[in-house]
Amino acid sequence: MTLAAADFAALWLTLKLACTVTGLLFVLGTPLAWWLARSRSRWTRPVAALVALPLVLPPTVLGFYLLLAFGPHGPVGAATQALGLGLLSFTFSGLVVASILYSMPFVIQPLRHAFEAIGNRPLEVAATLGAGPWDRFFSVALPLARRGFLSAGVLGFAHTVGEFGVVLMIGGNIPQRTRVVSVQIFDHVEALKYGQAHALAGGLLVFSFLVLLAVYTSQPRLRNF
Amino acid sequence: MGVGIRIRLALRRPGFALDLDLTLPARGITALFGPSGSGKTSCLRAIAGLDRVAGAHIAIGDEIWQDDRRGLFVPTHRRAVGYMLQEPGLFPHLSVRGNLDYGFRRAGRPTTVDQAGIVAMLGIGALLDRRPDALSGGERQRVAIARALLSRPRLLLLDEPLAALDAARKAEILPYLARLHETLAIPALYVSHALDEVARLADHMVLLGGPHGVHDGPLPQMLARLDLANEFADDSGVLIEGTIASHDDIDHLSRLDFDGGAIFVARRPEPVGQRLRYRIHARDVSLTLAPPEATSILNIMPAVVVAAAATDTPAHLLVRLQAGGTPLLARISQRSWKALQLAPGSQVWAQIKSAALLG
Repeated sequence: MTLAAADFAALWLTLKLACTVTGLLFVLGTPLAWWLARSRSRWTRPVAALVALPLVLPPTVLGFYLLLAFGPHGPVGAATQALGLGLLSFTFSGLVVASILYSMPFVIQPLRHAFEAIGNRPLEVAATLGAGPWDRFFSVALPLARRGFLSAGVLGFAHTVGEFGVVLMIGGNIPQRTRVVSVQIFDHVEALKYGQAHALAGGLLVFSFLVLLAVYTSQPRLRNF
Repeated sequence: MGVGIRIRLALRRPGFALDLDLTLPARGITALFGPSGSGKTSCLRAIAGLDRVAGAHIAIGDEIWQDDRRGLFVPTHRRAVGYMLQEPGLFPHLSVRGNLDYGFRRAGRPTTVDQAGIVAMLGIGALLDRRPDALSGGERQRVAIARALLSRPRLLLLDEPLAALDAARKAEILPYLARLHETLAIPALYVSHALDEVARLADHMVLLGGPHGVHDGPLPQMLARLDLANEFADDSGVLIEGTIASHDDIDHLSRLDFDGGAIFVARRPEPVGQRLRYRIHARDVSLTLAPPEATSILNIMPAVVVAAAATDTPAHLLVRLQAGGTPLLARISQRSWKALQLAPGSQVWAQIKSAALLG
């Protein structure tokens, strides 16, 4: 039960997808989580509910609507075509966009909680010591929320690695482009190649366990929660 | 624009209203004194710019921090304030050195600020490489004071900096605050509901939350006012600031001279010429018509009755006396007042049973 070239391609694609999505989620999710944690706007609740939707929806629902939106007659598809980018469905970029939406709550929740846990006091103290808003964010809020960033990164990465339904709906099953590990395992099982399915599935299992173990050992205070 | 600190603000919350219109001295410590919920902290937050109170006007010297009539509001990080709270608020992700440098660096590491001197004055030189969670409560508070001073504030705001500390820690910090008072030219607003702290440190007092509105004035005058004395309840009494005139090593006494009189206190270690503050509580002063001959009371001085006022108990009166240039308060019974046939202008002898050193 050794890994074939197609398996390595799927692993590589999965890794590339998870890293891209996690990176983009930090960039997009940090300001959104900060806004959700600190704004008194009445829009925070609807936005928080919207962000959390992938937690409760079957991935196929999200995938179905994204497929429609990305398609030639959907709003996103029309826009990407007008911009000369072609269609997002059945492309790696489409997978990235879909995965960002799907994994968003797993990044937003830990960041939001970490920002909320800081409270007003350290930021007010920083202000009295001459730190402006951006300065306060980078010199106080980010370092104090670093454990939240670790959790958010791990959860966002792991959920992107593990997604299946959305990928299948939006990405299809194109080798080198959209065939990620979870789909590859499904293919192996369908073809009754249990040995190859084992190699990939077992590898994923061990990898996930080791990542979580590393997170928990590096965060002694998590035991208190 | 004159010198001093101008504060005009109107705080409104359901069931609460506070109108302040104060011009405070540009030097020394001004105590904001009043019970919990009298708006002291809200006042400091508005001055620091942490809350924007509509319609407020706040200026320090020629620098206007808020003037809503002109739409002017300087954000907190552009106001040169040092803000100290009950919790020291040290940044847990920085060492003591990193905490101290946080405000210092943002103030441009001014050469006019004596960094080494401040660190030495607060006795934290040995703690610089420690993390805040490895410090005691008193040490944390000292680091927080130093951090605030290093940010080169034009005004220090101290919000009950001792309230969260036990008596021993309080005694540890008080001398540092007193030294701050002696050595720094930075004015400070000190919020407290502990009269002993206020009496020890402050020069000026703003009294909040009383039934008769807001009053302010130099501390010795405020403490001697009959109309405000009930705000201090059993703690009412005057403040005298005097100079050690001589020591008597046989009886272990020191003589303290003040405006219009002298008292003997237990021998002080300080040299002759040192200024000290003492409190004479109204409950420790009794009155006689003739100079008592055989008495254990050491400090007896002639005085004139100025006025009397009711106290919180119907049995007692609070009498204001003038002993030379110094006012005194005495708490005596209604019956004694009648028996001695006292009235404004009466000549009496005030017997002072004890005086409490304030440092």
